[in-house]
Amino acid sequence: MITLMLTDPFMQRALLAALLVGVTAPVVGTYLVQRKLSLLGDGIGHVALTGVALGWLVGAGMGLTPNDALAIPGAVLAAVVGSVLIEVVRRRGRTSGDLALAIMFYGGIAGGVLLIGIAGGSAGNLMQYLFGSISTVSDADLWLTVVLSAVVLTIGVGLRHALFSVSHDEEFAVASGLPVWALNVVVAVVSALTVTVAMRVVGLLLVSALMIVPVAVAQQVTHAFGRTMLTACVVGVVVCVTGLSITYWHNVSPGATIVVLAIAVYAVVSVVAPLVTRRSPAHDPHPDLPDDVDLPAAATERAVAAAKECR
Amino acid sequence: MTETREPVIEARDLHFRAGASHILRGVDLIVEPGEVVALLGANGSGKSTLVKTLVGINPPTQGTVRLLGEPLTAGRRTTVDRSRIGYVPQRANAGGGIPSTAQEVVASGLLHGRRLALPRGWRDRVAAALTQVGLADRVHDPVHLLSGGQQQRILIARALVREPDLLILDEPVAGVDVASQEAFATTMRRLVDGGLTVLVVLHELGELEPLVTRAVVLGHGKVVHDGTPPQARRDHDRAGHRHQHPHADDNTLGEQARALDLEVRP
Repeated sequence: MITLMLTDPFMQRALLAALLVGVTAPVVGTYLVQRKLSLLGDGIGHVALTGVALGWLVGAGMGLTPNDALAIPGAVLAAVVGSVLIEVVRRRGRTSGDLALAIMFYGGIAGGVLLIGIAGGSAGNLMQYLFGSISTVSDADLWLTVVLSAVVLTIGVGLRHALFSVSHDEEFAVASGLPVWALNVVVAVVSALTVTVAMRVVGLLLVSALMIVPVAVAQQVTHAFGRTMLTACVVGVVVCVTGLSITYWHNVSPGATIVVLAIAVYAVVSVVAPLVTRRSPAHDPHPDLPDDVDLPAAATERAVAAAKECR
Repeated sequence: MTETREPVIEARDLHFRAGASHILRGVDLIVEPGEVVALLGANGSGKSTLVKTLVGINPPTQGTVRLLGEPLTAGRRTTVDRSRIGYVPQRANAGGGIPSTAQEVVASGLLHGRRLALPRGWRDRVAAALTQVGLADRVHDPVHLLSGGQQQRILIARALVREPDLLILDEPVAGVDVASQEAFATTMRRLVDGGLTVLVVLHELGELEPLVTRAVVLGHGKVVHDGTPPQARRDHDRAGHRHQHPHADDNTLGEQARALDLEVRP
């Protein structure tokens, strides 16, 4: 039965796309969670919708067939512009990142619906972008996905130490003379590329879930940045490939299945993880240091006894 | 430090405004190689702002900063060699949304300027820096689970890991117990003997007193004293005087006592 799925050329393309998205989205998501911008992916996704409609409008104007030929390039462009814009707003510090994101949400959807109407389409045409259409992945789509994923992974993994430094303590990074502004823009652009890569698999409305939920799962089981990223990638790949495989046999939305699966994993792990860590032996968290005050002999004895209990 | 007798830090007529408040109002500060300069002053006198201006976090509204003989200009065009400068901020920021280990945080101190990847042997250097602050056994512990004082020492290790010639510290021993302060002073003594120059913001000289060669006292955004370290207030060691050391979980009583401790005689 699995061989049947694996020999289906549509499914082969879809599985490869899901695999790539499963790896790349959590890499970027880790940086977004680190800098407390979990919703940035959503904001970019909404703006990308305007890009889709804009591509459609231009494509229709040029008489291209199919008339959505420029939809994905439009999405990439709009997402990159939108993400850089939000970084500029954040840097200027006049509007809070939160408020700027909200404005992006509304502007993106409204702009998309408005432009698609002008292009002679209807909001219905936007559905496949909003909720994904992985079963219709063409060879060209796949190549674009491969190239964009390669760019995202090269930057996200290759620059991980510098990106960690900037995300962890921006002031220290400035004092170290790191190109902080450039690195922030890199994160923004890479997020935008990831959104457009994941758009075909889960749709613009659910893109952010794929970036954030695997990281939330990883956080339950690890306390290190590097391991969080690695664990999140494993979770991302597993839920993407499993979710897509389910849809091969059952007629349900791939994007929604993948996201529901990811959240189910999160729920299970958050119940199980505390039970596992409670059983593992705890080491003494108290350092053995002299006190700053002179203690009476009885107190010293009690301190020695307390130290023994902790061992 | 043989090639240059230029000042390590040279700030001229520094002004810094944040909105309507004029925080630094014409600060001149020279630190020569090998000096250990304590920067003192009451809360709100501009000590941290000055330090942040010196390391490039706050671009000065007016005036110039030269570090290691090179002008510190806004943006990335500066020729200051950041690998020779270590900076310890006042307190651990809450950090990011993802827990990270002591090793990961200290390793980020190895990146500077154009160096965006960790050098070979970074694990050993991180381990050595953590040993210097007495936290060698915490290398894989998540930083957010360490105590406030231990987190402070992680930040010191992050500055020491690049083996700087100039160390700029903002209240490095606030909230650190006496034993750890002594250990810190011993480490600093060894580094200073090795040629390290230090600018350190303190609210009292404490264990570092024997090391400090000069004190600069800020008051209302200006240098009000520059010379021998001032004596603590005469009533400082009177019977019943209680030292309150500020800590992350300071209560208001601690804040008041801290303000009292800060008063020094120019």
